[in-house]
Amino acid sequence: MAEGGGAIEVADPPRGSWLATIARQRELSLVAIMFVLGGLVSLAAPQFLTAANLTQVAIPAAIIAVAAVGQAVVIITRNVDLSVEAIIGLVAYAVARTLELHALDATAAIAFGILLGLVLGMVNGTIVTVFRVPAIVATLGTLSIFRGIDYLVAGSHQVPVAALPPGFTDASVASIYGIPVFVLIAVVIVAIGTVLLRSTRFGRQVYAVGSNPEAAAILGIPSRLVVFVAFSVCGLLAGVAGVMWVSEYGTINGTTATGAVLAVVAAVVVGGVAIFGGSGTLAGAALGALFLGFIANALILVGLSQFWLQAIYGAVILLAVSADAVLSRRLLRATAERRAR
Amino acid sequence: MTAATAPATGTRRWTRVLARWETLLVIALIGLIVLGNALSPFFLTAGNFSNLIAALMEVAIMALPMTLIIIIGEIDLSVESMAGLASAILGFLWAAGIPIEIGIPVVLVAGALGGVLNGLLVARGGLPSLVVTLGTLALFRGFALIVLGPRGISDFPPGFTEIGFGTVPGTLVPWPFIIFAVLAVVLGIVLHRTWAGRQIYAIGKNTGAARYSGVRVTRIRVSLFVLSGLIAALAGIILTSRLSSARADAGEGMTLTVVTVVLLGGVNIFGGSGTIPGVVLAVLVVAVMQNALRLASVSVEVQSIALGLLLILSVVTPTFAHQAKSAVDRVRGGRPPPGDSVLQGEAAIT
Repeated sequence: MAEGGGAIEVADPPRGSWLATIARQRELSLVAIMFVLGGLVSLAAPQFLTAANLTQVAIPAAIIAVAAVGQAVVIITRNVDLSVEAIIGLVAYAVARTLELHALDATAAIAFGILLGLVLGMVNGTIVTVFRVPAIVATLGTLSIFRGIDYLVAGSHQVPVAALPPGFTDASVASIYGIPVFVLIAVVIVAIGTVLLRSTRFGRQVYAVGSNPEAAAILGIPSRLVVFVAFSVCGLLAGVAGVMWVSEYGTINGTTATGAVLAVVAAVVVGGVAIFGGSGTLAGAALGALFLGFIANALILVGLSQFWLQAIYGAVILLAVSADAVLSRRLLRATAERRAR
Repeated sequence: MTAATAPATGTRRWTRVLARWETLLVIALIGLIVLGNALSPFFLTAGNFSNLIAALMEVAIMALPMTLIIIIGEIDLSVESMAGLASAILGFLWAAGIPIEIGIPVVLVAGALGGVLNGLLVARGGLPSLVVTLGTLALFRGFALIVLGPRGISDFPPGFTEIGFGTVPGTLVPWPFIIFAVLAVVLGIVLHRTWAGRQIYAIGKNTGAARYSGVRVTRIRVSLFVLSGLIAALAGIILTSRLSSARADAGEGMTLTVVTVVLLGGVNIFGGSGTIPGVVLAVLVVAVMQNALRLASVSVEVQSIALGLLLILSVVTPTFAHQAKSAVDRVRGGRPPPGDSVLQGEAAIT
């Protein structure tokens, strides 16, 4: 992976070729695949494309999407955060427990959860940027540390749904004009994030750092600050996802969200965010989450056991990164040929 | 290129740093043993040592190929799932009435095949091992769940459970320790005394330069991933035997401990340096530490926090030592210090 270190990632694929179109429009092709898949599955299971079922797919997918947006920002800077599931779990338990103890009212508990996520993200950011530990090791370590704290705090206690204020759990099923509130939250986060990434100096720096760290350093971009902020944002959004998790699932204990990191990373990778950093969109990551939710639901409706889910996440990650590599290699070649002419 | 001029002084300097690191580990080990002895009168008994070693052997065995993989600048996160898949396949075959003598080779072949998949995607596909093995971490665990489902198989024959649970007749030395020791010696010789070992370091130090000087980078990368898969499957067999139970979730969370042991052993996460003796020492340190924590009735939760901290510290410490050293070099007018190494894999470029 290091050999091409000096080369700048393909910024502008040649116009006109169908390959370039696909490479640019991962979002579009995901939507297309979902439509085809939806059609096929609904042949076998007619209830698939009903509004009730689609809502059921969209709500948990929205939670993963929110976390995936944060992960996408980190991956765009050429890092990774494996601790998101532990952040989601710890925030979920902390929020559920404070609500159970009536320590805070719902609004304050939500703010507390999001803030806790931010702090945990800043811890990751500090370890990576100040202590210079590679992201993979740092977040593998904090995955264990955050989860350990979660177990420690929770013990064998489980917060039941009944202990939560009714208004809090209602939020996950509420909808505005037929669109679930959770989906709206995800859409708003994607929209804000996209504007920030596309139109602010900081946003461009995120891409620059991921696309070519040396060049970014030469340009005077404060790459460590950018990476720190990326991890903080990732923690913050994992916190939001943790709060949503409480609202959606209600019953929360020390093991909540175990294994969720695979779904989050799979969503980001499927959404077309390049694992080498420097390219990808937040909308893609969110659509990736929806896509995975779609597959999980289709699996159940078709009658396959949920045990297949894990294998499919794995296969999807491998397929997506392979496809990305093939596409970007062809694009590189095409660009080189064009330049030679 | 600095790489061309570095070896003469660089190698000696690294040996010195590593020697220091290994000394540090020995001191830590002695400290922990003293601590353990203070905590419980049973700590320094042969029976307790036999137990503390046996409990960590699957991790220790998987740490050996992981050492080589991290030295070439890659990582294999999928080992814990491969151990789980091995356990699941073994249980499935046994439950289906296939004798264990056939089951074991089948499982080992499956492990090697899993390694082939990782290796080809990384070496031929040019994909980052982090993502590939994160994918197979999910994939192999998924296969394990598909093969065995939620059930546990536990009616294994006594001869089989002897592999993981038994000891060498007349002693308290557990069989898995013998397996670990043999593997450590073989891989230690390969890494430190053969041409192949030199090539492994060369790839980790500078992949491009290694390729230009005729090292078969792709072949070595694939072989190491195959070895890792094979040995992870072996660890899965030992785990199944030790617990005399085959389960699809066997080995969950082990990758963290494996990576911790390797990095604690002084292997550079960016590749290019590290030794088998260092990792063997780290295995002992972690085994004694876990045992001491257990004797002090520290909960499993706190142990997982301690492990996470240990992982991060084992990377932070050498990095800071290195920075301090390059600061000194700078003052003396030596080589310029390396650039920002915040981003993973970057160190391999230089």
